[in-house]
Amino acid sequence: MTYYTKLPAVLLLEDGTVYHGKAAGKIGTTTGEICFNTGMTGYQEVFTDPSYFGQIMVTTNAHIGNYGVHDEEIESGDIKISGLVCKNFNIAFSRKQSEKSIQDYFQEENIVGISDVDTRSLVRHIRDKGAMNAIISSEILDLEELKAKLAEVPSMDGLELSSQVSTKEAYFYGNEQGKHRVAVLDLGVKKNILRNFDDRDVYVKVFPAKTPFEEMEKWGADGYFISNGPGDPAAMPYAVETVKKALAADKPLFGICLGHQLLALANDIKTVKMFNGHRGLNHPVKNIIIDHCEVTSQNHGFGVVAEDVRNSDKVEITHLNLNDNSIEGIRVKNKKAFSVQYHPESSPGPHDSRYLFDQFVNFMDSEKQ
Amino acid sequence: MPKDTSIKSVLIIGSGPIIIGQAVEFDYSGSQAALSLKDEGIEVSIINSNPATIMTDNVIGDHVYLWPLTCESVEKILQERHIDAVLPTMGGQTALNLAKEAEERGIWKKYGVRIIGVDIAAIEKTENREEFRQLMVDIGVGVAPSKIANSFLEGKEAAQEIGFPLVIRPSYTMGGSGGGFVHKKEDFDVALSRGLQASPTHEVLVEKAVIGWKEYELELLRDNKDNVIIICSIENFDPMGIHTGDSITVAPAMTLSDRCYQDMRNQAITMMRAIGNFAGGCNVQFSVNPADESIIAIEINPRVSRSSALASKATGYPIAKIAAKLAIGYNLDEIENQITKTTSAYFEPTLDYVIVKIPRWNFDKFKGANMELGLQMKAVGEVMAIGRTFIEALQKACQSLEIGRAGLGADGRQNRNLDEIMYGLEHPSWNRLFLVKDAMTLGVPMESIRKVTKIDKWFLLQIQELVQLEQELKRYSLNNIPKEFFFTLKQKGFSDVQISWLLGNGTTEDEVYERRKELGIKRVYKMVDTCAAEFPAQTPYYYSTFEDENESTPSDRKKIIVLGSGPNRIGQGIEFDYSCVHGLLAAKESGFESIMINCNPETVSTDFNMADKLYFEPVFWEHVREIIELEKPEGVIVQLGGQTALKMAEKLHQYGIKIIGTSYDNMDIAEDRGRFSDLLKDLGIPYPNYGVAEDAEEALVVAKKVGYPVLVRPSYVLGGQGMSIVINDEDLETAVVKLLGDLPGNRVLIDHFLDRAEEAESDSICDGEDVHIVGLMEHIEPAGIHSGDSSAVLPPFNLSDNVIRQMEEYSIKLAKALNVIGLLNIQFAIKDEKVYVIEANPRASRTVPFIAKAYDVPYINIAAKVMLGVNKLKDFKIERKLVGYAIKEPVFSFDKFPEVEKQLGPEMKSTGEAIRFIKDLEDPYFVKLYKEKSMYLSK
Repeated sequence: MTYYTKLPAVLLLEDGTVYHGKAAGKIGTTTGEICFNTGMTGYQEVFTDPSYFGQIMVTTNAHIGNYGVHDEEIESGDIKISGLVCKNFNIAFSRKQSEKSIQDYFQEENIVGISDVDTRSLVRHIRDKGAMNAIISSEILDLEELKAKLAEVPSMDGLELSSQVSTKEAYFYGNEQGKHRVAVLDLGVKKNILRNFDDRDVYVKVFPAKTPFEEMEKWGADGYFISNGPGDPAAMPYAVETVKKALAADKPLFGICLGHQLLALANDIKTVKMFNGHRGLNHPVKNIIIDHCEVTSQNHGFGVVAEDVRNSDKVEITHLNLNDNSIEGIRVKNKKAFSVQYHPESSPGPHDSRYLFDQFVNFMDSEKQ
Repeated sequence: MPKDTSIKSVLIIGSGPIIIGQAVEFDYSGSQAALSLKDEGIEVSIINSNPATIMTDNVIGDHVYLWPLTCESVEKILQERHIDAVLPTMGGQTALNLAKEAEERGIWKKYGVRIIGVDIAAIEKTENREEFRQLMVDIGVGVAPSKIANSFLEGKEAAQEIGFPLVIRPSYTMGGSGGGFVHKKEDFDVALSRGLQASPTHEVLVEKAVIGWKEYELELLRDNKDNVIIICSIENFDPMGIHTGDSITVAPAMTLSDRCYQDMRNQAITMMRAIGNFAGGCNVQFSVNPADESIIAIEINPRVSRSSALASKATGYPIAKIAAKLAIGYNLDEIENQITKTTSAYFEPTLDYVIVKIPRWNFDKFKGANMELGLQMKAVGEVMAIGRTFIEALQKACQSLEIGRAGLGADGRQNRNLDEIMYGLEHPSWNRLFLVKDAMTLGVPMESIRKVTKIDKWFLLQIQELVQLEQELKRYSLNNIPKEFFFTLKQKGFSDVQISWLLGNGTTEDEVYERRKELGIKRVYKMVDTCAAEFPAQTPYYYSTFEDENESTPSDRKKIIVLGSGPNRIGQGIEFDYSCVHGLLAAKESGFESIMINCNPETVSTDFNMADKLYFEPVFWEHVREIIELEKPEGVIVQLGGQTALKMAEKLHQYGIKIIGTSYDNMDIAEDRGRFSDLLKDLGIPYPNYGVAEDAEEALVVAKKVGYPVLVRPSYVLGGQGMSIVINDEDLETAVVKLLGDLPGNRVLIDHFLDRAEEAESDSICDGEDVHIVGLMEHIEPAGIHSGDSSAVLPPFNLSDNVIRQMEEYSIKLAKALNVIGLLNIQFAIKDEKVYVIEANPRASRTVPFIAKAYDVPYINIAAKVMLGVNKLKDFKIERKLVGYAIKEPVFSFDKFPEVEKQLGPEMKSTGEAIRFIKDLEDPYFVKLYKEKSMYLSK
């Protein structure tokens, strides 16, 4: 297939900016909040990460799809992004382990994308203008019609999305004989988090987002895990309530990303929608407790209010972002509860922060001694 | 930990003369490190015997020692100056070896000098093949099955155990010296003895060959707190079996999944931690089995390397600069990102473009050399290109090579001989990439190409797409190419020359150019910013592509463009980069915005801190032209970038773009043998009899007229390419036929060769009124050996006053007659006290940087300011500081081509040079050189 046979597609941003490109994936129309990810590997893991639910993803890497799609490298059952914007959408791949091309994958999963876009210019635009909604279409090229459709898309601010990606039924993961039991509150949990527990001989039960704490407690967990997920944490009072109760239960507690924001909210620290989120595999974080740095995988559009954390008498800062000094990790004073804004399970991304899972397991070990 | 304040004075060891496997990249790293330390208020001393480097210039070091890289020199420096620490990681294997030797001899300890940036034990672990292998096994990193051998017998036993094909890797050598693949038992004995001999410890590793596996490199940086970051992943287009320096490489890795990449990243970090605790840079090479993505470690180099220079240019992350700061105690989180200036240096760069590096070979200079690529590096230089797709970068890299190609094929220079193509695919040499394309054009199935070359299918598919686009283009003529398709072609890296060739019917490059301008298809420039535009960046480092937005906004300042010298090669080496850098600095000092165009990732000129604005682009007309159209400079400096830049002069002139300094017409007089000889005649300056011939028959007539022996050469070439001295009709015929075969359409110049003459040269600066003689150098070897291969002495040691007077007189006369504004180099032959002018080059020569160092006068800076018209010669007070003599000593890389005999002639073969100062002519070094002066002279 040469370039010439590709169909045209259009990307329209909320502020009226238009980019023209070629259709990628399914022919159709899609909407969502536009955000960009700067990772150079792991597109499949990113697309299937539930935290990206409802978002149109701009990938900055020059090529996407270049090593195909492999059934095992998923972070959830299906593609979670609502659309893709990229420069080169590579249908051809060479990797022996891959079963199919990204084009086939997108078509199977009904994902609409646009390629051959000046993504660099687009990223510079979003960087300056901030997060906003967008629409991609390869079937409607009339801008007025697209504008009308885009106007109907709600803002991510104040949007609760976790319940849409969370499991409907509780399920188990790992070895039943494992040395610890962790109750996972699934707000959009990534598979690799569960794999990391399993690797450490931890047996988990994954609960739907709106499970009352009492039900989780009944299972007899040694620790609680509050997962990552999409949407605005401030719109999730039910989850904040769950976290508060889990804290009161005084068991080891670990939160990642959205889980971190909820732990903050449970300690009266506000969260805020960021001008531009952090999304990529190269974010520098310093663990100020042990004075060591880690390259982290990140994906968040909301953050905790730094001032609130600094003024809090309940929590203390454990990790800081070296680029913008934002809060990357906190722990609750006098408790074995901690959380990080980034993704230590890092799939995709560097494995520098996997020690946090060990730390959580160590807390549970010490509880049992 | 912040800066270690006990370090106040640091010695940086350079890498010495340029040889294959250890080249200009260490001038870049050395210079960066020195500037980085000076920024911290540290006094920097530098030792390097290579006078053509920027690192040995006063603008870089506080104290420069142009001395031989020996323990004796080191000790002398330490006696003379208090040094707190030595940084040996910036000068390649040479510097590490010297540091190690000095350590063994207790020199560092004796003078209380700390070694920073590496620890000697770490070097040991990585250089000793067996120790490395054992360490990898201990830490659970995969390695290829292997056995160490210290004798012929042990080697044979090892081979028996491991089986063929296998690899022989000598310990403690660089650039894969003495190593190689052995496919058959019959070839083993010879390869083994060669390996054992090449290793200074007579030790080799016999290793199972993983031919055809994918090859990768990671560049790491670590600080004192053991914080590690990966700066860049590099994937080799050529799979295992070809030295990485001889491989086409791509960044970021193109065909790696996150799972496999993170596995590699983890292993690299484990490896770096296992070899020691030093803070600094490190390069790790891996091989991946495409069948199951299993990884084995190939090697680890605990120092900056050619790859780290490439990684720095590829990502914008200046590895050597940061490594130097880490060596004096800083941690990564205490340093800012050098490009954004707002974010942290502790991060991993991310790319939103693709870079391709292609090596540049010079097999034409080594007649009879084994041209097949293997474990031992044979390339003399490299180019890098940046694009928004792999294929765009690949085509731009082809345009950068200066081998007469307008991109990857489609330029009328394709090979159509299927047998030759298939042979070339199986036996990789300099042209394999082009043959892959030629094979596809001829319809060879991609799978057949993949089977023979083992090149990853993804890369082949990208090239295949070019063939499809070419087929499509042939359906159109210039006037009816749809705009969108035209745009696609340009996005895929096709040059206007290629498009014109594909369209045929006499379509010219200019017509293609005009048509696409009409359609509004023009280049835009994007910034290299380390972060894929996530943060605003402050550093003006650009590349071109075809997209919507242009990020390079010209300022309203007056601008000067300096054209670079492209890839390093024999005849055009580091000295031209030295000149370009000084050109940039002089333009800055004179109030201009200085803009650099170059495509060589190894150099200092492509360090984004040197120019006010860097365009990392091919020095290829189409690219140069569009940058000029965007920037609208006051003029373009072509005198400093060697033949590469000079070759652009005609085009610039033709398109009415101002050339800074000497005019195109005057340059042409100097280059055009006929016009030049007429000028010499008018000026009453003697020159050897000469004639011009268009074919062999004519050549015989001319030779008879001028008299044998004759010097035969094409016009407009570099480093005496294709030149030979012949003594009879038969040889002449052969030489002319060969020459015209290699360079069709060229004319042959036939000069009477002044047998047993002496050779000398002059460099001068002329400002239009006055002429300043920069220096006169006398060659030790007789005429007939290319000036670049001659040992030359500054000032002359054996020429009479009468001869010197004639040389000076002719230099002045010629400079004025050619209206030189800037530099002029003249080559002389001297016979019976009579001086003949052999040639004149109105540009920076190989010798000006040498003389600048020897006399300690910033000649290029002066020449550049004169060229720019901001100064006259009389504005400068020039004081020469040389005591005794300085000898320029050529250095060869013949050891990389054991099958080639060392013979010197009119075609240049040396890859580098060293400087040596002597007090007087009794110096034993000089006496020996003088005695052996005719030894290697050949025809």
